Amino acid sequence: MAITRRNLLKASACGGALLACGNSAQAARRMELAPSALGILYDSTLCIGCQACMVGCKQANNMGPDPADNNQTWDNPSDLSSRTLTVIQKYEQGNGRQHNQEEDGFAFIKLQCMHCADPACVSACPVSAMTKDKKTGIVSYNKKACIGCRYCQIACPYNIPQFEWDKPLPQIVKCELCHHLIAKGSISACCTACPTGASLFGPVDLLRQEAHRRLLYRAGQYYDFPLHDIRAARTVSQPAAKYKAHLFGEKELGGSQVMMLSAVDFQKLGMPELPDESYASMTENIQHTLYKGMFLPIALLGGLVYFVKKNAENHHNDE
Amino acid sequence: MTSENAKPLGSKILSWQFLVLLAIFSISAFFIAKRFMLGLGAVTNMNDGYPFGIWIAIDVVIGTAFACGGYTMALLVYVANRGQYHPLVRPALMASVFGYTLAGVSVFIDIGRYWQMYNMFLPKYANPNSVMLEVGLCIATYTLVLWIEFSPVFLEKFGAKKAEKVLHKVLFFFIALGVLLPTMHQSSLGTLMVIAGYKLSPLWQTELLPLLFLLSAISMGYGVVICEGTIASTEFNTPKETRILSKIAKVMDISLVIFLVIRFGDLLRRGALPQAFNGDLVSNMFLLENGLLISAVILLFSSRLRATAYGQYAGALLLLAGAALFRYNTYIIGFNPGTGHSYFPAVGEIMITLGIISLELMAYLIFIKTLPVLPSRRKVKMATG
Repeated sequence: MAITRRNLLKASACGGALLACGNSAQAARRMELAPSALGILYDSTLCIGCQACMVGCKQANNMGPDPADNNQTWDNPSDLSSRTLTVIQKYEQGNGRQHNQEEDGFAFIKLQCMHCADPACVSACPVSAMTKDKKTGIVSYNKKACIGCRYCQIACPYNIPQFEWDKPLPQIVKCELCHHLIAKGSISACCTACPTGASLFGPVDLLRQEAHRRLLYRAGQYYDFPLHDIRAARTVSQPAAKYKAHLFGEKELGGSQVMMLSAVDFQKLGMPELPDESYASMTENIQHTLYKGMFLPIALLGGLVYFVKKNAENHHNDE
Repeated sequence: MTSENAKPLGSKILSWQFLVLLAIFSISAFFIAKRFMLGLGAVTNMNDGYPFGIWIAIDVVIGTAFACGGYTMALLVYVANRGQYHPLVRPALMASVFGYTLAGVSVFIDIGRYWQMYNMFLPKYANPNSVMLEVGLCIATYTLVLWIEFSPVFLEKFGAKKAEKVLHKVLFFFIALGVLLPTMHQSSLGTLMVIAGYKLSPLWQTELLPLLFLLSAISMGYGVVICEGTIASTEFNTPKETRILSKIAKVMDISLVIFLVIRFGDLLRRGALPQAFNGDLVSNMFLLENGLLISAVILLFSSRLRATAYGQYAGALLLLAGAALFRYNTYIIGFNPGTGHSYFPAVGEIMITLGIISLELMAYLIFIKTLPVLPSRRKVKMATG
C-alpha cells in the first residue's frame, strides 16, 4: 500500500514539475495591427535636434519643467521622466562634425512610447490600467485602475512608463500619442511641432509604405518629404541621407506603431537589440500552459485533498 | 494539526532582545511615516530604471521563500505521509504566517497607489494575462489559509473545544490548499521576471525561472525549518531534534541537487555560462551565489556532518544564503535596464526592511512565549530569550 502510494506521489510530483516548466511548444503569436492603427514615423536623418517636439509635447500634456535638470533658466531634460514624455538624445562620435555619420559624426534619437503591437505593459499590468485601443492601437493608462506596483516599468522593453517618485499620491506617466488631440481631429503635438518632418504622424500602413520608399532613396538626391501628417499635402524637399536598411519597429517584438529610420546603427543610438517574438507572448505561453481554465491547479488540488485527508486520518489514528 | 505536546514557553516578553527589536522598529516607523507623507522618492533610491527595490526583492521575493517552512513541512507530513515530522509543523507554520503577512505589509508600503490596492480583487479590473495578478491574489489567499491553518493554536490556548472540533473536520482542505497555493505563486515569482527580457542577464533569464523558483523555495523551506529548530533548541531549551533534522537535511540536499542540475543544464543549453567569468559585479555575484549553493550540497552530502547539529545548521545557512542570493540576483543584480540608471538601497529603505524583519521576530517571540507552538517533552527551564 505504502509503495503504491509512493509511486502515485512520484507521478504527481512529475506532474507538478511539468506544471512548473510550462512549454514553449506553442507557436509564437502574431498580433495583427488594426487597419486604422495610428503611429509616428521618426526619421532620425531629418532630425536637427531642435527639441520643438519636446516643447510641443509638454504644452499639449500640461507638463511642468523637469526638476532633475532644472537650471532655473530653461527646461532641458536629458531623459524621460514623469514630466517628460518624449526626449531627443544625441549620439556623437569622434570629432562629431558630420550629421548622420557613425564615425566623426552625430545623430539624434527620439524616445517615446512605441505603442507596441503586443505591449508588455498591457500584458503585465495586474489591474488592466494599461490598455491598447482596438481601433487606434494607442496604449493608454488609467489611473483609476492603477495600484502603483510599477511592474509595467519592469516589463517595458523601451523603459517608457515613468513613475512620480516625488509625489505622495503618485501615478504612472507615459506618452499616449496625444489621444486627447486625436479625438478632436488633430494629431500628436510632437508631429505638429516638428519643422523638418522628422516626426511624421499618420496611419501605420501609410507610414510603413513611406518608410520603405525612403529605404530605396539614393543618398544625396532631393526628395519630397511630408511634413506633420502623412495624409496632408505639405512636403519639404530635402536631400536623402544614407539610410541603414532597417525600419526599427517593423519586426521588433512583433512590431510597434512608432517606427524609426536612421543613418546610424540603432544600437549605437541606444536602442536595444530585440527578437521578433515579444517577451509578453513568451510569458503568456508559460502562464496559459499552466493556468488555462485552471485545469492543472484544480486537478492538483484534487490530488492533494485526497492525500492530505487520508494521511491526516492515519496520523490521527496512530496517536 | 494536533497539539503534539506543544506548550508556551512562558518566559517574560520584554527581554533585552525584544527591546532591541522594538528600537529598530521605532526607527523604521519614522521612515514609513515619511514615505507616506512625501512619496517613495523621499526614502528610497528606486528610480525609473530600477522600479523594484529591496522591499520587493528582499521582503517579498526572499521573505516568502523563507516563509516556505509551512509549505514544505506540509508536503513532507501530509503528502509524503511522514508523520514523524509532525512536531516541526507548528513552528514552521508560524514562521510562514509571519513571513507572508509581513510580505503583504511590505507590498502595501511599496506600491504607489496603495489606496487602490483593492482593485486587485475587483473582477472588472482583473487581467488574466498578468503574472503579477496571479502572484498577488495567490499570496493574499495563501496568507489567509496560513492563519486558518495556524488558528488551532489560538483555539487551544483559549480552550475553544467546539470550534476546534469543527475546524478539525475541514482543516484537511486548507492544508491541501496550503500546498497548492505556494506551488503556484512561488513558481510565478520566477515567471514574473521572464517579461523583463533582455534587461535580465542571461545568467538568470530563462523560461525555466518558474521551475527554478519553485525548487529554490522548497529547498529554502527545509533550510528554515532546520535553522529554526536548531536555534529554538539552543536558545529556548526545547528538546533537541538533531536526528529528525538530519533527515530533513537529506531531503533538503536532494532538492538542492535537483535545482543545481536544472540550473546548470539550462545555462549550458543556452550557452550563457561563459558570462560567469566576465569579472564584473554581475558575474561575481553569480559565482558567489553558486559557490554558496555548491558548498551546501557538498557539506550536506556527508552523512557524518549531517548527523551533527552544527553540520545541519551550517549546511542550511549556506543554502539559505545562496538561494536568497539567487533570488536577489534575479531581481536586482542581474537586472540592467540599459538606461544608465543604477540602484543601491537608501538608508530609509534599508531601515524599513529591517523594521519589518524586527516586527516579524517580535511577533515570533511573543507567540512562542504565550502560545502552544514549540514542542516540549519536559519542564522547560527559564531561558534568557
